Amino acid sequence: MSDIMTKSMARNVFYGGSLFFIAIFGVLNVHSHLYAANTAIDKAGLNESVAAGKHIWEKHACVNCHTILGEGAYFAPEVGNVMVRWGVQDDPAAATEALKSWMDAMPTGIEGRRQMPQFNLSDEEYQDLANFLIWTSKINTQGWPPNEAG
Amino acid sequence: MKYHTQRIAMAYFVTAMALFAVQVTMGLIMGWIYVSPNFLSELLPFNIARMLHSNSLIVWLLLGFFGSAYYMIPEEAEREIYSPKLAYLQLGILILGTAGVVVTYLFDLFQGNWLLGKQGREFLEQPTWVKIGITVAALIFLYNVTMTVLQGRKTAISNVLLLGLWALALLWLFAFYNPSNLVLDKQYWWWVVHLWVEGVWELIMASILAFLMLKLTGVDREVVEKWLYVIVATALFSGILGTGHHYYWIGLPAYWQWIGSIFSSFEIVPFFAMMSFAFVMVWKGRRDHPNKAALLWSLGCSVLAFFGGGVWGFLHTLHGVNYYTHGTQITAAHGHLAFYGAYVCLILAIITYAMPIMRNRDPYNQVLNMASFWLMSGGMLFMTFVLTFAGTIQTHLQRVEGNYYMDVQDALPLFYWMRFGAGVAVVLGAVLFIWSVMVPRREVVTAGPVQSHKDGHIEAAE
Ligand code: HEC
Ligand code: HEM
Ligand code: HEM
Ligand SMILES: [Fe+2]
Repeated sequence: MSDIMTKSMARNVFYGGSLFFIAIFGVLNVHSHLYAANTAIDKAGLNESVAAGKHIWEKHACVNCHTILGEGAYFAPEVGNVMVRWGVQDDPAAATEALKSWMDAMPTGIEGRRQMPQFNLSDEEYQDLANFLIWTSKINTQGWPPNEAG
Repeated sequence: MKYHTQRIAMAYFVTAMALFAVQVTMGLIMGWIYVSPNFLSELLPFNIARMLHSNSLIVWLLLGFFGSAYYMIPEEAEREIYSPKLAYLQLGILILGTAGVVVTYLFDLFQGNWLLGKQGREFLEQPTWVKIGITVAALIFLYNVTMTVLQGRKTAISNVLLLGLWALALLWLFAFYNPSNLVLDKQYWWWVVHLWVEGVWELIMASILAFLMLKLTGVDREVVEKWLYVIVATALFSGILGTGHHYYWIGLPAYWQWIGSIFSSFEIVPFFAMMSFAFVMVWKGRRDHPNKAALLWSLGCSVLAFFGGGVWGFLHTLHGVNYYTHGTQITAAHGHLAFYGAYVCLILAIITYAMPIMRNRDPYNQVLNMASFWLMSGGMLFMTFVLTFAGTIQTHLQRVEGNYYMDVQDALPLFYWMRFGAGVAVVLGAVLFIWSVMVPRREVVTAGPVQSHKDGHIEAAE
């Protein structure tokens, strides 16, 4: 490649080309940001309870066992669609109840089965967490996951 | 060692290796939890171990980058580091932050507190005060090395290295942005994660490799630097829009399926170029440097990065494939070989090159170090293979057949046992590496510090 281009040509192509791709990336991300803020989600449903639920999800680092929308750890089931899997997506009260009874029963202590810790959440926290998971399951994910198993 | 401030790198490298040991030990513990799930389930739940594993990985790689810069910049700029004091202050801040992180995770201190508690987004779990500390440390670093370069010789290697490090710090700022809208959270989370490892870290990687090739093979700087610009150009041209391969299923527009698939397919190009570069330089080189181990790690880095990042990345990057493999053990397989090949091997290469010089230790100890390369790399490759098999079975049973996650996992213990075995080899390799770099003072191979050129003349090693 010694004859094809000089060092300063290579450098200029690098700088110029990178700026070009950064610009395209920037424009697409502005559009995607607006899409994510308005179209992809249940905008009216993004209330304080959902935000509080997300915070509970984060402060216990659930993502380092579970995936959510396919991202996270691969040690435990996908939770982005758990409310669909449980068939309680349209019933927040039932969702809270289901989540509470599941999480209250943890850890199972079953020998040879992966364990989920006990987090001692309050009823209000269960409600927020359930609302967050319901809200998440309504995100337009372009049809992912392929089936309810997540 | 021509400039005595290069020695700053030693403190960084030693700290990095200590954290490397912590990292692989945590990996091994997790590997054991996978085969024996009740192990430590109350004392050290899987998620805490995983945070320690991934966070110590990232911190020691960053320490490796900083150390490399402190070693390379004086030689490139032909002057001492602007302020050694600031460099040690920076290291102090990073060590304090790391200690803070470990204690916070282990004892779950200040749970839920924005400033003091852990934050719970993958890889960005550090409490806010530590994130601020990292930012401050990065600024000190950038100030220090930029001042050095501004006052000295400007080369393409230091130019690309600094560009990479500045961009690294800039992108890090997105770690502070955590909106309650999960989709926006994920959109910008990838600006840190993807644009780091498949963008600006590749700039750092290419410039460190270029430096090593310059030293180890004695090829013309002009040639090395032209390659360097071509490599980093292909990295950014493909990697920036390649971010789209993470935007398929998280609530972003469908056009990312095409943009992500097309551009990320080209991400194999910079890794292929780095591999070709390394081998062509060795082939063209006039110099027979005595530090064979450093050469082995450098070449190993370029090859394993090509396979781990390039090949294993391409394996699941097309949206039609990723629809099924997204978030399975396939991802874990790729994550391991890519990180190992591209960044772990890179830092171990420059440590292998620089430590004997900084410790005034010649002739170099090579045999044990080279053995550790084969042990560790063999372990990582085997781990990657078994996880790929596990992931393929998981993808079929869960994503195609629709079986429940926990039932599918019951089909995979054999692979998790083999992953544990591979992990043992990696940990032994890591211990051997650290030992071979830190302990032995004498070595059986012919005395250094000389290097014979292929035309027969002999000169001092550098
Ligand atoms: C240490 C790892 C770990 C952590 C941390 C963890 N989980 Fe789990 N979780 C599991 C495992 C393992 C299972 C499956 C247990 C079983 O089936 O016996 C599970 C199951 C679940 C399920 C049921 C999934 C289904 O498909 O039926 C939900 C919901 C859940 N977890 C929510 C959470 C939330 C919310 C958090 C954080 C507050 C959390 N988990 C933290 C390991 C973990
Ligand atoms: C230098 C070597 C290593 C590197 C670079 C490395 C890197 C990583 C990375 C990047 C992740 C996050 C994976 C992802 O999100 O896809 C991870 C997770 C993990 N690593 Fe490692 N690791 C190393 C060594 C080990 C070893 C020796 C073991 C022991 C068996 C191990 C076991 C694990 C496990 C079990 C996980 C969690 C995967 C999951 O979520 O299910 N790692 N590692
Ligand atoms: C050395 C460079 C690279 C490193 C260190 C790396 C590391 C990683 C890690 C750790 C993940 C898991 C992230 C998570 O936890 O969610 C990941 C995911 C992914 N990587 Fe890479 N990667 C590299 C290069 C590449 C390349 C070149 C490609 C494509 C050609 C690629 C394609 C992907 C894809 C498609 C995913 C998403 C997997 C999923 O859907 O679950 N990677 N990478
Ligand atoms: Fe990526």
